[in-house]
Amino acid sequence: MHEMSLAEGVLQLVEDTARREGARRVKTVVLEIGTLASVEVEALRFCFDAVTRGSLAEGAALEIHPVQGAGWCLPCGATIPLEERYGICPRCGSCQVQPTAGTEMRVKEIEID
Amino acid sequence: MCTTCGCASGETRIEGQAVGHEHEHQHGDGTRHSHPHDHEHEHGHGTAHEHHHHGHDHGHSHGDGQGHWHQHEDGTWHSHSHDDQAHAHGEADLDYGSGAARAHAPGLSQARMVQIEQDILAKNNQYAAANRQRLAETAILALNLVSSPGSGKTTLLTRTLEALKAELPLAVIEGDQETAFDAERIRATGVPALQINTGKGCHLDAHMVGHALEKLPLPEGGVLFIENVGNLVCPAAFDLGEAAKVAILSVTEGADKPLKYPDMFHAARLMLINKTDLLPYVQFDVDQAIAYARRVNPRLEVLTLSATTGEGFDAWLDWLRQRLAEVKGARIRQLEAELAKLKGA
Repeated sequence: MHEMSLAEGVLQLVEDTARREGARRVKTVVLEIGTLASVEVEALRFCFDAVTRGSLAEGAALEIHPVQGAGWCLPCGATIPLEERYGICPRCGSCQVQPTAGTEMRVKEIEID
Repeated sequence: MCTTCGCASGETRIEGQAVGHEHEHQHGDGTRHSHPHDHEHEHGHGTAHEHHHHGHDHGHSHGDGQGHWHQHEDGTWHSHSHDDQAHAHGEADLDYGSGAARAHAPGLSQARMVQIEQDILAKNNQYAAANRQRLAETAILALNLVSSPGSGKTTLLTRTLEALKAELPLAVIEGDQETAFDAERIRATGVPALQINTGKGCHLDAHMVGHALEKLPLPEGGVLFIENVGNLVCPAAFDLGEAAKVAILSVTEGADKPLKYPDMFHAARLMLINKTDLLPYVQFDVDQAIAYARRVNPRLEVLTLSATTGEGFDAWLDWLRQRLAEVKGARIRQLEAELAKLKGA
C-alpha cells in the first residue's frame, strides 16, 4: 500500500538527519519493515529510487530488514508467531490476536559520508 | 508511483489552488530550507529560486544570515507551524554542533552510521497530533469517513447534514482525486465544505487536513466530517487527527470485503452497512459481513442503514450525538481543571 508516500517519508527523515550531520551524501539507508505492515518491499525499492533522485540520498543502497510477525492471544494469553495480520490462534482458535511485532515501518539508521 | 493505487505527491489542490507540500529552495550560500505551505517572501540573494503562490506574506532576509529568526548558514532546516509564521525548530537544531560526533571539518568527513530509529509515518503523525489538539480545544467531533468508491458516502453525508444542520454546527472536508463535485453537493445543503483534490494521491494526509482546518469555518462544539478518497487501502494508515474512522460498506459490495481489506476495518471504530433498501435484490449476507468484520476488529461497532430511504438513520444520528457529547465532556473537564487550577493559585 501507498509505497510512494512511505518512500517520501523515508527520504524526509534521511535528509533531515543527513543535513543535521553535515553529510555530503547518504551511502546506505537501513529500514525495518514488519512482515505484517502491508508494505510491498519491491514497490518500496522502486519508489525509493524515484524519490531520491537529485537528493543527498541519490544512489544510496536500501537495506530492508524484515521483522517477523508475532501476536498475543487475548483469550488464552499465548504468544504466537503470526504469518498474517489477522491470524487465528493455533492453540485456542480465537481470532482475537493482538499483533505485538511485525507491524513496524521504521528508518533504523543511515550511513553517511 | 504506488503500484497498488497509483498514488504520488505533488498534485494536491485545495479548492483548485495548488498546495506545495514541503517545498524547498536553495540559497546562494548553499543553504536550503523548506516551507510546508505556499507563501511569498523576498530574498536578497544572488540566486534565483522558485516559489509557489501564497496565502500570506512574511518578509525575512537571508542576505548574510542576520536579522532573522534563525540562521541557515549551518545548513539546518526549519519548518512552519500551521497557525503562525513562527518557525518551529525541531530537535535537529537543539543539538546541532553539540558533542564531538557533530563536529566536522570540510574535507575530513568519513563514512559513518547515524541512528535514526523513527517511524516512517512520524511526520504525518505529528501533523495529526496538532490537528487533534486543535479539534479538542474547539470541542469538535471529527470523523474520517472511509469506503470504496460508490458506497454512497456522499449521499449518506448529505442526508446526515440535512438531519443535523438545524441542531449542530457542521462542516465537511471532501477528499477526491479530481473535481469539486462532492463539495458542491455538500454546499447545496447549506453546510460549509472544502474540497481537497489529491491529484495522483490516493488518500488524505494530516498535513492537507491541517491546511483545510485553517481555511474552513470551524464548527465549534459540532461535527466535522472528513470524507476521505474512496479507497479501502491507503487511508487506513494515515491518521488525520480524527476522533474515529467510520467505514462504510454497501450491500452492493461483497460481504467478504472486511477480510479482503482488513487494515481499514481494523482501524475503524464504526462500520455502517449502507443501502439496506437494496437487500431484497442482492446476494449480501449482513450477519456474515459483520462476522467477517469482527474477525479483524472484535471491538467494531456496527449499524445498518439506507441513505436513500432513511431506514436506520435514527441510530446513526444518536451515535453521532453520543460521540459529540463525549468530546464536549472531555473539553469541559479540561477547562474546569484549568479553572480550578487558576482559582487555587
